[in-house]
Amino acid sequence: MATQSRDAAIVGVYEYPSRDVEGKVNPLQIKAASAAKALADAGLKWSDVDAIYDASEGAPMSGLMISEYFGIKPSVIDTTGVGGSSYEFHAAHALRAIRDGKAKVALLTYGSTAHSSAMAIGAGGRGGGIAPGDNMESFAGQTLIANYAMVARRHMHDYGTTSEQLAEISTATRYHAMRNPEAVQAMNDLEFMNIRETTIEDVVGSRMIADPLHLLECCMVSDGGGAVVIASAEVAKNCAKKPVWILGTGEATKYPQNGADLTSSAGVESAPVAFGEAGVTPAEIDIAMIYDSFSITVLTLLEDLGFCAKGEGGAWVKGGRLRFDESGGPALNTDGGGLSSNHPGMRGIFLLIEAVRQLRGESSSQVNDAKLAVAHGNGGMLGGRHSAGTVILGRD
Amino acid sequence: MAEEQKKVPTRPMPKLTELDTADFWRATKNKEFKYQQCANCQTIVWHPRSHCTGCVDGDLQWKTSKGEGTIYSFSVVRLSYHPFFRSKVPYAVAYVDLDEGPRFLTNVTGVEDPQTDVHIGQRVTLDWEEYEELSIPLVTPV
Repeated sequence: MATQSRDAAIVGVYEYPSRDVEGKVNPLQIKAASAAKALADAGLKWSDVDAIYDASEGAPMSGLMISEYFGIKPSVIDTTGVGGSSYEFHAAHALRAIRDGKAKVALLTYGSTAHSSAMAIGAGGRGGGIAPGDNMESFAGQTLIANYAMVARRHMHDYGTTSEQLAEISTATRYHAMRNPEAVQAMNDLEFMNIRETTIEDVVGSRMIADPLHLLECCMVSDGGGAVVIASAEVAKNCAKKPVWILGTGEATKYPQNGADLTSSAGVESAPVAFGEAGVTPAEIDIAMIYDSFSITVLTLLEDLGFCAKGEGGAWVKGGRLRFDESGGPALNTDGGGLSSNHPGMRGIFLLIEAVRQLRGESSSQVNDAKLAVAHGNGGMLGGRHSAGTVILGRD
Repeated sequence: MAEEQKKVPTRPMPKLTELDTADFWRATKNKEFKYQQCANCQTIVWHPRSHCTGCVDGDLQWKTSKGEGTIYSFSVVRLSYHPFFRSKVPYAVAYVDLDEGPRFLTNVTGVEDPQTDVHIGQRVTLDWEEYEELSIPLVTPV
C-alpha cells in the first residue's frame, strides 16, 4: 500500500504579517515580499525558481505576468484557480512536476487586500457570476454564509449535531490564536470585540448570522498573503531549513447535483488518495490544518478526511481534543485559523505554512514532536461548487 | 424611469440573455417550471443547459414540473449587505427537491416566522413572484 516517496519537500515558507495594510501595499507587492522572504527562508534565490504557481485571481495570463513582475523565467507555469484550496492543488502539481524532472524549485504565492478593499465576501450579495448555474440562483439572496449554514442545518438534521459541538471548532482555534502574536494583532486590527479565549457559551451566544451559524463560527475577512517554496530532494538537501516532505496528495471536485448529500464534501474523494499515497492513516496525524471558513467546514472535513465516521464529528470534537496541548488530537489550525488569525479570501496557503512550522518545531502552539500533518483545503463553497485538495506532510 | 428604479433596490434578476437558461426563464412568464430530461439516457439535467451531462449523444426534452417538492435544507439569513435583501432579513433560503428530481435554490414565502416555521422535509409548492418579463419561482408550505 505504502508508495510513499520523498521526491519533493517544502523548504521555505513565509506568512505576510499584516492583516490590515490600509491601502499601502497591493496584492502583487504582498506576493513579492512573501516570495522573497520564503526564498530567503530556504536559502534560495529568485534565479533558482523554475516553476511558478498562481491561483490566477489577479488577471488572465497571471502566470506570465507574475513571472515578469518577480523577474523569473520559469519553464513550468500552473495557474490552477479553484478557490481557497488552489495552494493544495499547486503543491500536488509541484510534486508531480518535480518528480517528472520538469522542475527543481517551485514557488507558490498569495496576496490579497480583501479587508482594506472592503470586499463584502461573506454576507455580500452573490450573483455577479456569469455561469448558467449562477443565473438560476442569484435571485434567492443566498449569502456565502447561508450556503455553509445549509450544510450545517442538514448535518444537524441527519446526525443530531448541535451548535455546542460546532462551537468546539471555534474555541479550539481561538485558544491557538491567543498564543500567536500575529493572530492577536490581526484581531486587534480588525476590531474584534473582547479578544480572549472563548467558551462554548460565548460562541452559541454570539449573534446569529445565518441559521444555524453564529458570528463566532464565521471566519474573519483580512488582508494578507504568503509564499511557499517546494524543491526537489536534491535541492532540499542543501537548503537552510530541514525539509518537510510532501508524502501524498489528492484532489477532487463537487458541485450541486440532484439528490446529492450536502453533508459530505469532495474531501471524501481527495483524502483517501492522499492518505493512500502517503501510506499513513488519520489516526497517525499530529497536526490537522483544515480550512476553517466556518465551524461546519471543519466538522464536515474531519469526517471526510476519515478522522471519524460520517455523522460522528459532533461527538468526536467534544471536550477540547482539537487543542494543541490535549491528547487524542489531532491539533487543529494551531495558528488560529481563518476563524481567528488570517482569512483574506483564499486560506489554503496558510494551511501549508503552519503545517511546516509545526513539523519544524516553530509554531506558537507547538505540538511536542509533531511528525505528520495534513493540510486540507476546500475551495469554492462547501454547500455548492467546490474543490478539495488534501496534502500529507512529514519530516525526516 | 431609470432614476426611479435606482431608488428601490430589487431582487437580483435572472438574465434572459444567458443562453443555457433563457428558455427556462421565458417559460416562467406563464408560471411554468421547466426542466430537461434526456430522451436517450433519461438523465434529468438541472440546471438547464444545451447538452446532456449523462451521455454524449443526448436528446434533451423540456418537461414541466407539477411544482411540488420537499425542503432538503435551508438557512434563515439574518445579515445581508445586498441592497435588496438587507431589508428582507430574516428570510429563508432553501434547496428544494422537486418531486420530478431537480433540486433548486429558492426562498420560502408565506411563513409568519421563518426561524420557526421552516423545516427540512417540509412539503412546499411553487409560489410565483411576477415581473414583467418573467416570474421568480419561490415556494410556500403546502
